[in-house]
Amino acid sequence: MGYTITEKILLKHTKEKEVHPGKFIDAKVDLCLGNDITAPFAIEEFEKLGTKKVFDRNRVVLVPDHFAPAKDMKSANQCKVLATFAKKYGVKNYFEIGRMGIEHALLPEMGLVLPGDLVIGADSHTCTYGALGAFSSGVGSTDLAAAIATGECWLKVPESMKFVYYGKLPKWVGGKDLILYTIGDIGVDGARYRAMEFCGETIESLGIDDRLSMCNMAIEAGGKNGIIAPDKITSKYIKAIKNKPRQGFGKIYESDKDAVYAAVKEYDVRKITEPVVACPNLPSNTKPVSRLKNVAVDQVVIGSCTNGRITDMRLAAKILRGKKVNPSVRLIVIPGTQKIYLECVNEGLAKIFVEAGGVFSTPTCGPCLGGHMGILAEGETAIATTNRNFVGRMGHPNSAVYLSNPAVAAATAITGKITHPDEVM
Amino acid sequence: MIRKSKAHKFGNDINTDDIIAAKYLNTTDRAELASHCMEHIVKDFASSMKPGDVIVAGKNFGCGSSREHAPIAIKAAGASCVIADSFARIFFRNSINIGLPIIESREASDRIEAGDEVQIDTKAGLIKNLTRKETYKIEKYPPFMQAIFASGGLIESLKRKRKK
Repeated sequence: MGYTITEKILLKHTKEKEVHPGKFIDAKVDLCLGNDITAPFAIEEFEKLGTKKVFDRNRVVLVPDHFAPAKDMKSANQCKVLATFAKKYGVKNYFEIGRMGIEHALLPEMGLVLPGDLVIGADSHTCTYGALGAFSSGVGSTDLAAAIATGECWLKVPESMKFVYYGKLPKWVGGKDLILYTIGDIGVDGARYRAMEFCGETIESLGIDDRLSMCNMAIEAGGKNGIIAPDKITSKYIKAIKNKPRQGFGKIYESDKDAVYAAVKEYDVRKITEPVVACPNLPSNTKPVSRLKNVAVDQVVIGSCTNGRITDMRLAAKILRGKKVNPSVRLIVIPGTQKIYLECVNEGLAKIFVEAGGVFSTPTCGPCLGGHMGILAEGETAIATTNRNFVGRMGHPNSAVYLSNPAVAAATAITGKITHPDEVM
Repeated sequence: MIRKSKAHKFGNDINTDDIIAAKYLNTTDRAELASHCMEHIVKDFASSMKPGDVIVAGKNFGCGSSREHAPIAIKAAGASCVIADSFARIFFRNSINIGLPIIESREASDRIEAGDEVQIDTKAGLIKNLTRKETYKIEKYPPFMQAIFASGGLIESLKRKRKK
């Protein structure tokens, strides 16, 4: 009986001779990650262990990105905990404000994650890196503490679900729409405890940014990890990374033909004729964009670990070029990393956003989780390229968040109502 | 664990933003986290909790963020246990890692109502609903998790391993 890509990576990282869904293993981690919200607890727990050093100074990553640049004194203290820890233990991959990015945009860009890696992060969207053919999964602070100390993490081998997409993508429909459509189909617990393996001809022609966006939201269906087998597009992406901190291009795994899946779902993407929007208050509450054209919004957010990458910025700028943000709307654009920020400046995208009447911010997770830089007041509505629209996610419990791709968000910023990109182009 | 306690009931897909909103994540103070537990859903939840009370919920409890603040807030609010039809994965492992007992039981999740008095006997694998005079069977944790739990959480279990 064959193995899935997820099972193969897990097997390679454990001393066990075989793996099967449901089996508990101690797995070696290639990289472990924490941020200004999750790392302070992890560091408290790490100190309790009385360990003198971290398992590998090159394989611990700390990124202050959630409430950073620090929004208040408490947040500043939390960020300081990370900086102090990094200094004390010689952690190489600590990324200070000004040299940082939203963690899940930053790590792939820096070449810190390679195909075949096993990555855990104390952030639920750690599943993003599956787009590069790595096993990556979100865990909590105590897990991170243990991994920082031992380089290991306990894992239950998940069952895998296979999602096969075929057909050419319709105009304005991308990775974000595919994942929203999929979550809309299977529900917010449709892949609970399971690996979500994305494949098929549509995925094979999908760029890395769209793949990252898809794997990012595996957790919104309850998935343990999202994963896409590495191919030419992956190799090209990895090869283009300059100053890679790690040698080589990773290890390529793919599922065996006779691998066993808990379920297989097939989608003809030509049937997703228009962009998909998730309505409040769950990412699974999806509708085609044109069914929502009477929904007025107060705020538009383009950014986050889901859609803050350069192709997302380019797409938003394409829509906004030469146009003005509706007077009743606040537009906030947040590039995922400093590198993307600079690209936006050099390519003239930043100018487009500012001239349109939008805010162009330094990288931060701020508004996505109702942290800072775009909190919603009572009764307000937003459309965002982020990943969650739970009650009160972006601010007041009586506010509402719609989730979409960057083109829909940008079009909506122009009209003030949820809008199909074709209407403004 | 055999203890009489009152049940607080919640619905399906209770997410980590419901359990502890992101705006409170700029602290690691357990008492402060506890004071805001579930406040989006039940405004005075923390003050309505008595030590040992249990939380009962529907499917996919704890979905969303990896924030360990969620099970920590629940534990610090005084809950002795969370019973749900099902749990989100990261919430489940975080609870095990910090030593917050959680029980998956569709029957208990369906049958127990708010205010019911329940008694949990993990050794016998039973939840007794004293109010409704019913008993629900519960599954034991797999040995791997029992070992973590018996130590009082992941860090304590690692400490023990290291001493050996």
